Amino acid sequence: MEIPLTKHIKQGAFPLTAREYEKTGGYKAIQKALKEMSPADLITLVKASNLLGRGGAGFPTGVKWSLVPTGKDAPKQRYLICNADEMEPGTFKDKYLIEGNPHQLIAGMIIAAYAIQADKAYIFLRWAYKKSEVILRKAIAEAYEAGYLGKNILGTGYELDIYLHTSAGRYMCGEETALINSLEGKRAIPRNKPPYPATSGLFGKPTVVNNVETLCYIPHIVENGAAWFKSLSVTGEGGTKLYGVSGKVKNPGLWELPLGTNMREIIEQYAGGMMDGHKFRGALPGGASTDFLVEEHMDAKLDFSSVAALGSRLGTGTMIILDDKTCPVAFIHNLERFFALESCGWCTPCREGLPWVEKLLQSIEEGRGKPENLNILKFHTSYLGPGNTFCAHAPGAMEPLQSGLKYFHDDFMRHINEKHCPWRS
Amino acid sequence: MMVKIQIDGKYYDGKPGKNLLETCLALGINVPHFCYHAAMGSVGACRLCAVKKYKDANDRKGRIIMSCMEPVTDGMIVSVEDPDTVAFRAAILESLMINHPHDCPVCDEGGECHLQDMTVMTGHNYRRFDFRKRTHNNQYLGPFINHEMNRCIQCYRCVRFYNDYAGGKDLAVFGSHDHVYFGRHEPGVLENEFSGNLVEVCPTGVFTDKTLKGHYTRKWDLTNAPSVCVHCSLGCNIIAGERYGSVRRIMSRYNGSVNGYFICDRGRFGYEFVNDGNRARKTLIRSTKDKILEDPPPDVIDSALSAALSGSKKIIGIGSPRASLEANFTLSVLVGKENFYHGVSGKEQKLINTALQILQKGSAYSPSLKEIEKADAVLILGEDITNTAPMAALAVRQATRNKPLELGVKAGIPSWNDTAQRELAQDLKSPVFIAFPFQTQLDELAEDTFRASFEDIANLGFAIASAFHESAPPLKFMSDEMLKMAQKIYNILIEAKNPLIITGIHSGSADILHAASNIAEALNLSGKKVSLSFLLTDCNSMGLGMMEGKSLDDAVDIVNGGGVDTMIILENDLYRKADKEVLDPVFAKCNTVIVLDHMMNETSSKADILLPVGTFAEAEGTLVNNEGRAQRYYRVLPLEKSEPESWRRIRDLMKIAGKTEAASWTEFDDVVSSMTDTIPAFSKIKGHMPDADFRMLNQKIKRQTIRFSGRTAMNANIAVSEPKPPQDPDSPLTFSMEGSDESPPSSLVPYYWTPGWNSVQSMNFYLDEPNGSLKGGDPGIRLIETAENSSLSFFVPGELSFTPKKDEWLLVPVYQIFGSEPLSASAPAIKERIPSPFILVNKQDAEKTGKNEGDEITIEISQKILKVKVKIDETIPSGSAGLSFGLPGMPFVNLPCWGKIK
Amino acid sequence: MLTEEEKQEILEEVKLYPYPKVACLDALKIVQNHRGWVPDESIRDIGEFLGMPADEVDGIATFYSRIYRHPLGRHVILVCDSVSCMVMGYEPIYDHLSQKLGIRFGETTSDNRFTLLPISCLGDCDHAPAMMIDNDLYNRLTIEMLNELLEKYH
Ligand SMILES: Cc1cc2nc3c(=O)[nH]c(=O)nc-3n(C[C@H](O)[C@H](O)[C@H](O)COP(=O)(O)O)c2cc1C
Ligand code: SF4
Ligand code: FES
Repeated sequence: MEIPLTKHIKQGAFPLTAREYEKTGGYKAIQKALKEMSPADLITLVKASNLLGRGGAGFPTGVKWSLVPTGKDAPKQRYLICNADEMEPGTFKDKYLIEGNPHQLIAGMIIAAYAIQADKAYIFLRWAYKKSEVILRKAIAEAYEAGYLGKNILGTGYELDIYLHTSAGRYMCGEETALINSLEGKRAIPRNKPPYPATSGLFGKPTVVNNVETLCYIPHIVENGAAWFKSLSVTGEGGTKLYGVSGKVKNPGLWELPLGTNMREIIEQYAGGMMDGHKFRGALPGGASTDFLVEEHMDAKLDFSSVAALGSRLGTGTMIILDDKTCPVAFIHNLERFFALESCGWCTPCREGLPWVEKLLQSIEEGRGKPENLNILKFHTSYLGPGNTFCAHAPGAMEPLQSGLKYFHDDFMRHINEKHCPWRS
Repeated sequence: MMVKIQIDGKYYDGKPGKNLLETCLALGINVPHFCYHAAMGSVGACRLCAVKKYKDANDRKGRIIMSCMEPVTDGMIVSVEDPDTVAFRAAILESLMINHPHDCPVCDEGGECHLQDMTVMTGHNYRRFDFRKRTHNNQYLGPFINHEMNRCIQCYRCVRFYNDYAGGKDLAVFGSHDHVYFGRHEPGVLENEFSGNLVEVCPTGVFTDKTLKGHYTRKWDLTNAPSVCVHCSLGCNIIAGERYGSVRRIMSRYNGSVNGYFICDRGRFGYEFVNDGNRARKTLIRSTKDKILEDPPPDVIDSALSAALSGSKKIIGIGSPRASLEANFTLSVLVGKENFYHGVSGKEQKLINTALQILQKGSAYSPSLKEIEKADAVLILGEDITNTAPMAALAVRQATRNKPLELGVKAGIPSWNDTAQRELAQDLKSPVFIAFPFQTQLDELAEDTFRASFEDIANLGFAIASAFHESAPPLKFMSDEMLKMAQKIYNILIEAKNPLIITGIHSGSADILHAASNIAEALNLSGKKVSLSFLLTDCNSMGLGMMEGKSLDDAVDIVNGGGVDTMIILENDLYRKADKEVLDPVFAKCNTVIVLDHMMNETSSKADILLPVGTFAEAEGTLVNNEGRAQRYYRVLPLEKSEPESWRRIRDLMKIAGKTEAASWTEFDDVVSSMTDTIPAFSKIKGHMPDADFRMLNQKIKRQTIRFSGRTAMNANIAVSEPKPPQDPDSPLTFSMEGSDESPPSSLVPYYWTPGWNSVQSMNFYLDEPNGSLKGGDPGIRLIETAENSSLSFFVPGELSFTPKKDEWLLVPVYQIFGSEPLSASAPAIKERIPSPFILVNKQDAEKTGKNEGDEITIEISQKILKVKVKIDETIPSGSAGLSFGLPGMPFVNLPCWGKIK
Repeated sequence: MLTEEEKQEILEEVKLYPYPKVACLDALKIVQNHRGWVPDESIRDIGEFLGMPADEVDGIATFYSRIYRHPLGRHVILVCDSVSCMVMGYEPIYDHLSQKLGIRFGETTSDNRFTLLPISCLGDCDHAPAMMIDNDLYNRLTIEMLNELLEKYH
C-alpha cells in the first residue's frame, strides 16, 4: 500500500531537512513543475487527478485554481494561502504533516503558487501549534537557502516568498474568507461569496486558499501523474487520506489509508477497536462539524460522496468516537458550547441561535430539560441550516445536533424524564 | 432597460444592477430588513430580508436567499410570502428578541422603532427563550448621543455608517460571538461631525438623541413640519418636531438632490436656540439712548414705532443672509430698494456677487450635494469644508469611492455589495486635492495637499488654469512646488469624467474664486464640463445675493454721513460682521435703531426698539442654498406659540409707516407673489411650491400622525375642553392629526410614515427607489442655470504672494463646525463642544514666542487686543497662523489680516 | 509607550504587508509576548504606531481569544475542554487543578503564579486529555502527573 504523504514521517524523529528531503527525491517535483510545465499544464494535471480539497469541503482543487483570472487585464498580484488553522475539534492531521515533513508542504506550496502565478504565499498556522511554528520557520529558512524560495527559483525566473503567520486564536479563522480578513489584520468575519477569493481575496487580489493536506499532495501528483493518484483510492475519488481516531479506542491515532477505506476497518483494525468495557455508540467521521455515523454505518466507505450519501460529511477525516460510557447529551453539549463561543457574531441566526442551543443542552444535561426543548433544538437544526446563515459555521454546528437528536433521542428523553443525567450519579 | 421579475406570482419591472431588496422596496413590497441601508448598501448580516428564489417555473421547493445580496436578473422568480421564509423571518426576530430588553415603555425609540416594526411585521409575538438575557454597560458618548447597549441587535449599521461612510475613528465593534459591543474604546465624546445620524441609522434604541431626551416626548406626539436647516449654506432638508410649544428634535428629511438620508450634527443638535432662554421674547424699548431696554405698555410701543417710522426723513433697512427671502423682500419694500442694505460686509458681498456671476455667466455647473458625490476628481481650493459646509465633506468622502466602485463593478461586484466592494478596493480612492493653509480633516482622503497662504492657493489655481489653456493668464509668482502641484492636478482633472472644484468665500479671497473660475473656463475650452461649488457663509447668502442691495459698509457710510433717522436691522448681529469701533458710532448716530431678531445678541441689545420675531420654526420662508436651489421651510410652532414672523412684523411696520403695498399682504403667499412678481430672479419660485390653498381631496396635510395623543389632556390644567386646533393660513399644512391620508407633495412631507413602518425606514417608500428621488421629484427649484455659452472672460491673477513678516503672523480664519455659526452656538448641547478661542501656529513659531500648546498668547490686531490659547499645528506654514473664527467671547476680526505677537 | 524592541519587531512585520495596518494583529501579539497581556495603553500606542484609531485596534484585539486584555499570571495553564478531551476525562484533571490552585477557569492564583484558562482543542486529540502550560504541550494527562508538572513553573 502506497502512503505518499507520510512515507518519510517517523514518529518521534526530527523531520527531514531540505537536503535530506532532496535526497529522498523530494523537490524533484518542483524541478519538473517549474522547468517542464506551464501553469496551465499544472492546472490541467490537478484537474485531471480530481484531487478533492482536504480542508473539509472536498472542493476540486484544480477547479479552484482555474478560477483565478489569468488574462491580460487580470491583476498581477496574486496570493496563495495555506490553511493550517486546523481548529476543528478532534482534528490533528495537518499538524502531523507539518511537523513530520514540512518540506513536502513547502514543495506543494511552491508548485501551487506557480500554477496560479502567485509570488507571495502565506501559511496561516493555528495558534496552539508552537512546535509546528518552530519546525516551519526552520524549514522555510532552509528552502530559501537551497534556492527553492526567493528570487529566480532554480534559475527559472520564477519568484516566490513564503511567510508564516500564526493565528491569534479563533475557529472562524479557518473559514477561508475569515482567514483572509484575519491575515489582513482585521476581525475574522467571513466575507460574502461571490466574489470568491479566486477573484477578490487577500488585499482584494486573486487568492487561492488550500488546506495543508491538499497542498502536500501536489508534489506527488506532479511526480506520478493523475492516473497514479486515482489508482490510490478504494473508491473513485483518488488518493490516500489521513484518517484519525480519538476517543475511547485502544489505539487512537492517525493513519494514511486509501481514500474510501471503510469505517470498521479504521476503527477495529487501526484504532484497535473499542477500549475494554466500552461500546461504540457513534462517531463524528470528520471533526466536530459532521453528522454522527452509528453502528449501522460501520461498513461505510469513508470518502466524500459515500459519507455524504449517509447524511454526514467526510470533513477532515478525523473521527471522534462516542462510547457508551459517555453521555451523548454532554458530548453534544460540549460541541455546541464550542460552536456558540466560536461564532464570529456577524449573522443573527448563528450568533443568537447557537447560545440558545447550548443553554438548552446544558439544562437538559443538568436535568432541567422539558420535552418542548427538543422541539426548539430541532427547529434550530433547520433554522441554522446551509444558506440561512452567512457562512458554513452554524450549519456545521448543527450537524452533530441534528443527527444526535435522531440517533440518541431516547437518551435525551431519559434526561428529561428522569430529571438528571443517567451518566452522572 | 428593465428586466421582468416575478414576485409571488405577479410580474414586475426591475432594474438590472439593483438587488432584490431595493427592488421590492421600490415596488412598495414590504420586505423586512435591518442591516441593509440604502446609503450604505448590503452586507447580508442580519438575515432578515430572506425570501425564496426558484430556479424556474418547475421548481416548487425553492431556496432561501437574502434579497439584499441577490442581484435582480431577467426572469427571476421569487416569493416573499412563501411560508418557509415567513417562518424564517419570524425566527430571526425571535433570535434578536432573545436578549433585547422589553423596555419599549421607557425606551426613547418606542413608536418609531424599526425593531418594533419588524417584530410586528414578521409576526413574532411569543417568547420561548427562558434563560437570562445578556447585559452590557453603557457609555458616556458626549452631549449628543445617548447609549443603551442592551437594546443592540448587532446589525452593524452603526459602525458601518460611522466608520465606513462618515470616516469616524472612535466607534468600533468589540468582542465576538454573542458578546459583541458597539461603542468606544473608552467612554468619551463621539467626535465625528455626523454622529447624530446614528440616531436614525440604529434600528432600535441604542443610539438616541440626547437633546430630545432632555425634554422627551413620545415621537407620535410630536407635531412636525418640513423645514430647511439654517446653520450653513447647503440647505439640508430637515424635519422639526414640536410639543408643548418647544422644538424637541430635528431629524433629517430626505432630499435625493441635497442631503439624501443624512444631516450633520450642527444641523441636528443646533435647534435648541429656538427654545433658548436667550431668545428675544418681548418688545423692548429704550426711552433714550442712555437708558436700558424696557418692557413698556402697548401704547408706548405704538407711539415709539410711529415716531420712528412716520416721523423719519430717512429710513434704511439692513437685511440678513440668515433671514428668508420673504423677510428680506418685505424690508426692502418697507424702506425702498434704494435704502436696502444686505447686512454683509462689502468684502463678503463682493465675494458672493463674484460667485454668483461666475455661476450665471460662466460655463461651470453648480452641483447639488448629490452631484458632488458623483464627482470622480475633486479639487478643494481654500475651504475647510468639514467646518464650513459639513455635509459637503460627507459628499466628497463618498465621491472618493467612485473610482473603486467603478473598478468593482467592472470586476462583477455590484456597487451595493458593500463589503466586497471595500475589500476589492482596499485603499484605492478617487483623487481629491486639497489646497488650504493647514491640515483639514479631509486631508486623510487627499491624494495630495498644498499648504500655503490664500494668496498662494489662488496662485496655484491660476497656475492650473494656465496649464490647461494658453489663453488663461499665467501668473507672476510660481514656485517649483506650485508648478509641480499644478501639473499633477492638471493631469488628474484632464483625465476625469466628472471633475469638481469646491471653493468658497470663507477665505475672504476673491482671487481664489477667480482662480477657480479660470480653471473651469480653461477646462471648458479644452472641451470638458466641470462642476464648481461655492460654499457661502449663511443659509440664505445666495438668495440675498440675488436681491438688489448695498453692503453693510455702504450703510455705515450713509449713516455716518448723517441724515439717517431710523435704521431697521433684520435678524442680523452686525457685530459679527464689522468692528465694534465702526458700529458703535452708527448705532449712536441713528435716532432709532429698530432690531427684529429672535436672539439677544450684541445688536439686539443695542436696539432702541427690539421686536422679537419667529425663528425658522415659527415661520414660513424661502432660502436659496449655495447651489442656487430655492427651498421652502414651514413653521412647526403655531402662531399662538410663536413670535410673529419677520415678514408679518415688517408688514405691520409698513402699515404704521403708511406704506400701501402692505394692504393686501395677509398671508404668506401674498408676499411670495409680490416678491416673485417684483424680482425676476425669483420668478421660478412661484408655483413651484404648493400654495396655501393647495388641498388633497379637499383636505390639508396633517402635521401630526394619526397616533397623536393627549389632545384633550394636554391643556387639562387650564381647561378640559379640547381646544380648536390652531389655524394655519400660510401653508397647506394643518396643526392637527386630521387631514389627508394621501402622500403629500415631496416638498410638504412633514414626517415619514407608511403602514407597517413607523420608523425612519418608512422614508424609502416615499422614494422612486431607495437612494433615488422623492416621488414627484426632489424639493427645491434651481434658480441658477449654467449659461449655454460662457460669457465670462479669464480673471487676472492677483499680484500677491505670501512673504512672512517679523513679529507678525498672517492670521487666517479657522472655522469650527461647533461655535463659528452663531445660532447653533447657543444650543446647550453644541455649547459643550465649542472650544475656547485659539490660535493655530506651528511649533517653531510657537517656540519663538516661548509658548507651548495650551498657553495663552496675546495678539494685537489693528489696535484690538486678543487673548487666545495656543494650539500647535505642524502643518501651518511658518509666519502664518490660524485664528478661530466667530467663537463666543471673541470680537469680530476681519480675517485674513496681520496680527502682532505681544 | 512601546519599547524600542517592540517597535523593531512590529516594523519587521509591517514589511511583509502592503499597508502598516495589516500588522495590527502581529503588533498585538508582539506586545503580549513582551508583557504577558495587552494593556489599554498599548492599544493606543499600537494605533498610533500603525496609523489607525485605538478603537479599531481594540475591536480587533477583543475579537481574538488568544489576545489577552486582562493581566494574567506568570504562567498560563490552558486546559483543553473540547470534545475528545471530555471523552477522555479532562474534567477530573480540571477539578484537581482547580482544587490544588484554588482557582477556577478565568482566575489567577493570588501569588500570581498561574492563570487557568480553558481552550477548545489543542490538536492532540489522539493523546487526550491535553493541556498547555505557557508554550509547552502536555498530553495523556493523569492526576498523578499534575503535581510534578506544576513544579516546573515558578
Ligand atoms: C467554520 C469553518 C472553519 C474551517 N476551518 C478550516 C481549517 O481549520 N482548516 C482548513 O483547511 N479548512 C477549514 N475550513 C474550510 C475552508 O473554508 C476552506 O474550504 C479550505 O481551507 C479549502 O481548502 P481545500 O480546498 O484544500 O480543502 C473551515 C470552514 C469553516 C466554515
Ligand atoms: S454563521 Fe454567521 S455568525 Fe456564524 S460564524 Fe458564520 S457569519 Fe459568523
Ligand atoms: S437586510 Fe439583508 S441580510 Fe440584513
